[in-house]
Amino acid sequence: MADVALPRTVAEIYEPSLFGTYSKKIGMWLFLLSDSLTFGALLYAYSYGRISTPNWPTPFHSTSIVNATIMTGFLLTSSLTMVLAVNASARGNERNRLIYLLATMACGIGFIILHAKEWNHLINDGLRLPIFPAVPGQETASEFVTVSKTVPQFAATFFGLTGMHMLHVTLGVVYLGIIALRRKFIPILFALWLVAWLATPAYSPFHYGAHVLLIAALVCSLILWLKPKVYDAADVEVAGLYWHFVDLVWMFIFPLVYLMSTKII
Amino acid sequence: MEDAFQQAIEARVAEQHRHHNVAPFFWVWGILLVLTAVEVYLGYQNMEPKRMLVMLMGLSLVKATLIIGYFMHMKYEVSRMKWLTMTSLVFCLAMMMVFFPDALRIISLGTR
Repeated sequence: MADVALPRTVAEIYEPSLFGTYSKKIGMWLFLLSDSLTFGALLYAYSYGRISTPNWPTPFHSTSIVNATIMTGFLLTSSLTMVLAVNASARGNERNRLIYLLATMACGIGFIILHAKEWNHLINDGLRLPIFPAVPGQETASEFVTVSKTVPQFAATFFGLTGMHMLHVTLGVVYLGIIALRRKFIPILFALWLVAWLATPAYSPFHYGAHVLLIAALVCSLILWLKPKVYDAADVEVAGLYWHFVDLVWMFIFPLVYLMSTKII
Repeated sequence: MEDAFQQAIEARVAEQHRHHNVAPFFWVWGILLVLTAVEVYLGYQNMEPKRMLVMLMGLSLVKATLIIGYFMHMKYEVSRMKWLTMTSLVFCLAMMMVFFPDALRIISLGTR
């Protein structure tokens, strides 16, 4: 029987990755590339409307700009804590990994609360989409009611773009919660859904939007039941890629939506 | 065979446990905050929309490059990964710019 030369090196056993990294990360990059085209289309639509409409409204007073600037600060800080979580995870420091992941989630939740506050303020002042339920006792002569009627594409692109982004941030917080706390996060998620659903008035879009948390809780429960595992450094890095992407998109939404529509007195 | 398999496992674990010096991340965070402040300042300048759009988007592209390069670790990936992902993304997004001349045409739309 002839001797068979056995492979001795890594390269002889495994075909090297085309991109020099693990497949999970490549999968997330592919998803992010496709998602960036979705946001790209929405941002281009907004820019098109902004350029082509001479009477484009500039409704954002300084309070809105300050609010949006703080939101930007929250997201940038969350990206820093996320990258620190990835680093702590790679070093095997489980305690710091948990702390930084929770800090990232806290910044994300802060962003969502401020954004929801801004939406509520605009809706109560009359800026709305036709699908939104009527706000009881709303004045019909307010500035935003006129904006909704004269330039309807403003409300459509504003709520479409920022709503899509808020959905991504919400799902990002859920994603990080599962990575950080695993099964312990499921009851928290159900509690958050109940609070968001019961604490918002029936005319608010957040009243029915809160059901995203219920759907997320059910999907996450199913995933953790089908494939229970301890999330490793690679999982944290991949979750980090998603979180940074959400931050990245906001870096375009903030100047386009808010700064390009600033009310200069 | 056993040794080589072990080496393969270790190489994969090492790739996942690749860590970096944290100082550049704090620098990038600071630069991003400063650029945001510059954007807010520009937002209050009474500029023509097209000019403001170009300036704000230019700053946003710098911010995006910093986020992708440092926070998303693209700077540390192999060049094939960088080129294939970024060129395909830029190409697809650039293709959407075909609509902008139409947006500008609407402003100066007149009768023949």
